[in-house]
Amino acid sequence: MELCRLGIAETRALIDKGEVSPGEVLASVLGRIDAVEDRVRAYVTVTRERAGEMARESRGGPLSGIPIAVKDNMCTKGTPTTCSSKILENFVPPYESTVTSRLLEAGYVLPGKTNLDEFAMGSSTENSGFFPTSNPWDLERIPGGSSGGSAAAVAADECIAALGSDTGGSIRQPAALCGVVGLKPTYGRVSRYGLIAFASSFDQIGPITKTVKDAAALMNVIAGHDPLDSTSAPVEVPDFTAALSGDIKGMKIGVPKEYFIEGMDPEVESTVREAIKALEGLGAKVLDVTLPHTDYSVAAYYILATSEASSNLARYDGVKYGLRARAKELLQMYTETRAGGFGAEVKRRIMLGTFALSSGYYDAYYLNAQKVRTLIKQDFDEAFKKVDVIATPTTPEAAFKKGEKTGDPLKMYLSDIFTNSVNLAGVPAISIPCGFTGGGLPVGLQIIGRHFDEENVLKVADAYERATDWHKKRPKL
Amino acid sequence: MLTETKIFCGCPTAFGAEPNTQTCPVCIGMPGVLPVLNRRALEFAIRTGLATNCAISTYSRFARKNYFYPDLPKGYQISQYELPICEHGWVDIASEEGGHKRVGITRIHMEEDAGKNIHEEKGPYSLVDFNRTGVPLMEIVSEPDIRTPAEAVEYMKKLRTILRYLGVCDGNMEQGSLRCDANVSVREAGSAGMGVKVEVKNINSFKFVERALAYEIKRQVKTLEEGGALVQETRLFDTQAGVTQSMRTKEEAHDYRYFPDPDLVPLVVDEKWIEEIRASLPELPDIKFKRFVKDYGLPEQDAAMLTEERAMADWFEEAVKAGATPKAASNWMMGELLRLLNKKNLSIEKSPIDPKQLVDILKEIENGTINRTQAKEVFEEMFNREFHRIYDTSGRIEVTLPAPKVAMTARQIIKEKGLVQISDAGELEKTVDEVLSASPDEVNRFKGGEEKLMGFFVGQVMKITRGKANPKLVNELLGKKLST
Ligand SMILES: [Zn+2]
Repeated sequence: MELCRLGIAETRALIDKGEVSPGEVLASVLGRIDAVEDRVRAYVTVTRERAGEMARESRGGPLSGIPIAVKDNMCTKGTPTTCSSKILENFVPPYESTVTSRLLEAGYVLPGKTNLDEFAMGSSTENSGFFPTSNPWDLERIPGGSSGGSAAAVAADECIAALGSDTGGSIRQPAALCGVVGLKPTYGRVSRYGLIAFASSFDQIGPITKTVKDAAALMNVIAGHDPLDSTSAPVEVPDFTAALSGDIKGMKIGVPKEYFIEGMDPEVESTVREAIKALEGLGAKVLDVTLPHTDYSVAAYYILATSEASSNLARYDGVKYGLRARAKELLQMYTETRAGGFGAEVKRRIMLGTFALSSGYYDAYYLNAQKVRTLIKQDFDEAFKKVDVIATPTTPEAAFKKGEKTGDPLKMYLSDIFTNSVNLAGVPAISIPCGFTGGGLPVGLQIIGRHFDEENVLKVADAYERATDWHKKRPKL
Repeated sequence: MLTETKIFCGCPTAFGAEPNTQTCPVCIGMPGVLPVLNRRALEFAIRTGLATNCAISTYSRFARKNYFYPDLPKGYQISQYELPICEHGWVDIASEEGGHKRVGITRIHMEEDAGKNIHEEKGPYSLVDFNRTGVPLMEIVSEPDIRTPAEAVEYMKKLRTILRYLGVCDGNMEQGSLRCDANVSVREAGSAGMGVKVEVKNINSFKFVERALAYEIKRQVKTLEEGGALVQETRLFDTQAGVTQSMRTKEEAHDYRYFPDPDLVPLVVDEKWIEEIRASLPELPDIKFKRFVKDYGLPEQDAAMLTEERAMADWFEEAVKAGATPKAASNWMMGELLRLLNKKNLSIEKSPIDPKQLVDILKEIENGTINRTQAKEVFEEMFNREFHRIYDTSGRIEVTLPAPKVAMTARQIIKEKGLVQISDAGELEKTVDEVLSASPDEVNRFKGGEEKLMGFFVGQVMKITRGKANPKLVNELLGKKLST
């Protein structure tokens, strides 16, 4: 078996036993990249040389010698970090993000930086300022987004595992569409320092992996309070892998009716219902719950996230780094830099957010959306009084064709319909593979937990994974 | 604020460093960086709030003020908007009619400073210095209680005194550590409500506060009297021309799109900590002033001057503790000491003479060794010698070589300069006789009733003795001789 096909745990075991070297693992991954990358296009930058050095120098540490791809919106010192935007095409960070610092301490090897929708704004990776990424299961289709590059790289075995970031579903939705595992931790669980901000009160970094166990292993490295991030929570970090007992007997799993809606793909619905039945078969109790404000989540999310984005992206003005348009006057330099540097979707969201925050509109939009956010949080609090976790589909449909929704932003926004609420509430959620459509496209099951209760989320996901072998399926590339 | 580091990162705040040497990814707004609040800046804001009788909010928030400018690296300034750290305070200022006038404080909030654009004359470009970016600021907003330019100056001076007492700001308007934006509106006498508000910016000295406001009031009154209308706008004070000029009208004003900064969690301040800070406040100028009048029996004017600077008040109290009578210490400080300090451009903290040395001189007057005129000479001599012992000739840089530790005593200088007062009656009698026999006309006129000639005789004795004669003794001897 090729080494690149392995997950963290298996690779770790082989390296520890001395059966393979980090160099061999890296060679296998780079070989795979050479073989499939021209079709998948998961990476913005393949850091061949740096990876070689890291593999040679790796000694000790829970991730030593493991090639982990990093979404290109996390700052890596000395390695270009573009956010898949023309405006940052030439940007090389002078500092290291907290997550990648922790990966470095754990001994990881960086094979490259993965593609995303520009500034993580999108659900298909088609908004990348450079090129779209393809879904390894069907190259005509999108891999989801915005962490489409990371999800595709994991699905195509172009890395052992990857990091993504999730603002409105950007880890879970591509994980679902690519048939891999993606965990969005509780807001505040993982430091955002060095993650190029899209919407600060939503953004959260998490693992995209081949198994639930690997997601837990990565969480053990990246989770925990960071004094450089005021919003990172000073909450104790458990050993996430210890939660994976396989035993979910008696656990209460809620199923919200609001997540099985008219217009969703019936194949996706039946596949997810099947998966929930399987959980019941493992001894869990399945209960109906209600999340009554779900209908308002997409609207609230897009107002709040774009408001924050409009401010977060103001720094790309051509003055300090990145693209600068040549112009005679300051205002002209600003407008030409930003007009030329940002893509259409980023501009659309900056305009939406600027409008929502404008005087005279602030109360009607921003403030009302904040109120909705509170209501959605309360919905989850209420539901979690009854159940331990909530199970839903991750997406209303499987991977769609490239270009299918690019002309209709609203349709695109609705791809996040089942994932937005989780970010509004700040709770943790995972997407795991739970079957395939008749056309052979992966379907994702989303498991949502209480604040800082990733353990139960991982436990249920792991129990399901043990009982099924969807996660072992690989696309034929 | 006088914090050592910036408000949201660890960069130093020292003034005058080479451009862009006091920066880091956080304060130059690199992609992905996050702010972390400097606890010291928060403490300083709370200190200021407590000293100005504000309520301290146990729950406050930072907000983003969005606008584009090259000196603002993130494209927004982190400030406070809806929930500031301090609200509803006041300070008392001396009123023009005597007594006090209370000026309300609406709010005090924290924010970060911007950088500095440097417009190159040579090239078709500007440069930006980010050293100042992220230096902590407090904005103190007053209620519309101030009625005259003089009151505005009083208010600014009072704030400056309080800020300096607290050690939260050096109050230097020229270096920009104390700045002032003034809102001016006029109304017809007797009418209720406020007129159209005009904001005046670029007022960077106390002198300009008075001048800018006086001009702006005159301009507004004139406009109304000529039947014109005022518009709400922001005007810049032109320090050269002494006039204000329109910068932008209300319609042109920025929409700053304030919203809570999602990178900073709501600021929850512990009541216990607020009380700890309250307990650590120094004695504030108003209270010190009252105590100086009451305990030292000083005239109000002396007490006001001495308490304007905490260091001045401390110097005074040390002198009194060392044995000076309060009024004598006050007189010498207000007179000779300030005169000599000003001459060398030194603050009281940098005074070459310490309070004990002043007391040393005062004692030599008391015990009759020297007279007041001689004492002034001793004081100046001591001041200058100590100055050269401690500072180099420019008076700015302290010498790096360890200065001799031993301070000058009055006795040393008196001896070296031969300043000892002649109190030997026999010796003085000879001089008195000499003067009287050399001026028979004046003696006769004196005896004829022209008593003011006594001054002439004393002066002659002093001239011969080069000012060393004990004036009391000279007067006694002359009186005795002339009455016979
Ligand atoms: Zn800094």
